[in-house]
Amino acid sequence: MSITFKEQARQGIWDNNIVFSQRLALCPLLAVTGTATNGLGMGLATTGVLMASGMAVSLLRKSVPQDVRIPSFILIIATIVTLVDMALNAWMHELYKVLGLFIPLIVTNCSLLGRAEAFASKNSVRHSAIDGLMIGLGFTLVLVVLGAVREIIGSGTLFANASLLLGDLFSFLTITIIPDYKGFLLFILPPGGFIALGFLIAGKHYLEEYMKNRTAASKNAPVVFDRIAPSGAD
Amino acid sequence: MRRGASILQTMKEKPVYPAILLGLLSLLAAGLLGGGNLSTREEIKRRLEEDLRISIAQVVPEDLHDNNLIQSSFVMNGPGGLPTVIYQGMRNGKITAVAYSVISYGYSGKIDTIMAVDPEGKILGVRVLSHTETPGLGDKIEASKSDWVLGFSGLSLDAPPAEQWAVKKDGGHFDQFSGATITPRAVVKAVKSGLDFFQKNKDKLLTPVTEQIAGSSS
Repeated sequence: MSITFKEQARQGIWDNNIVFSQRLALCPLLAVTGTATNGLGMGLATTGVLMASGMAVSLLRKSVPQDVRIPSFILIIATIVTLVDMALNAWMHELYKVLGLFIPLIVTNCSLLGRAEAFASKNSVRHSAIDGLMIGLGFTLVLVVLGAVREIIGSGTLFANASLLLGDLFSFLTITIIPDYKGFLLFILPPGGFIALGFLIAGKHYLEEYMKNRTAASKNAPVVFDRIAPSGAD
Repeated sequence: MRRGASILQTMKEKPVYPAILLGLLSLLAAGLLGGGNLSTREEIKRRLEEDLRISIAQVVPEDLHDNNLIQSSFVMNGPGGLPTVIYQGMRNGKITAVAYSVISYGYSGKIDTIMAVDPEGKILGVRVLSHTETPGLGDKIEASKSDWVLGFSGLSLDAPPAEQWAVKKDGGHFDQFSGATITPRAVVKAVKSGLDFFQKNKDKLLTPVTEQIAGSSS
């Protein structure tokens, strides 16, 4: 593969972002992004699973025949998610109490099967690990930004309970943006997540349009948008 | 290497190959999960017990007991007829508190409540353990959001009188929240049923679990 690390990073985090560009993984996205901390926790857990499943799938790609690849990939992903679920429950119990309900949902996150099918089954272990990391970081980015927007508008704080996720050292992250805020219920509930996500996607398009015009003006070079949309949806 | 690859190639062409592969993968997955379960089981059990201890400690004051409530517990048909774990708080061998959970159904699903009662039937405390009520409206039943639920402490079936065990909107003693009546109504009803349960099963509830005759159940 001639694909470079930089290119993979750009693809995974921005150009081919799992939420912003592919519009996948919306179900866990809307469910957990009530606060930025929850988004970060879910994002990191998903990144770990994406990397591990990408590597496992890539390792087995030559011995798994085409006909049984889907059940094999599902089996690999489900095993890894279950292990993560047990590990979080045992060693990060406070976070588990917040995210516990959503960890098993990672299995149904179609980005995992999507990446296994579209990337890991065709590429080397190293590239698959990097792909998983980058796609995961892209997902984490969206989760944290969306969580932050909803948390600020919905409850007037930012990174509430960050110490549960990152330890007491990081309790400084918790900021009260609007003191004595009564809260805005709509943004705590999933519809607010949808609305905020719409604005974020629009913002991304605006930014891209702006960048494109600028490059086109200076270099006159064509900009190609690469979108890979695996079949099936959440 | 090349030879291994060619063996793999011939293997792959056999129709039985996918079945063997799936079988091996399943075995591997089962092994991994079994190992994971073994190495986390004890820790998870400890964590869950700790959770339970913390929630019981919210309703049974520390200075009221010198025993481990989780150890002096037994199961019986609780309020609502469901099997419920009863925790007995004891001090110097005498029962000072009985704690158990009560389930009710609010605006959007189950509300899990734990309550503790002293031997005279007076409420020591009530806390909501889990619920899915509307954030900002019904979630004022949480002690961290509002002190409404603390208002149950010290009450009993006689004070306020039985017909006053309702929200103000229904002519009772308890405040409802603006915009949410169904949630507090459900909690009040649940606590009342918990008190009725205590009244009806007083003898059994106030017999230390170590002295209860094995095999007898209500």
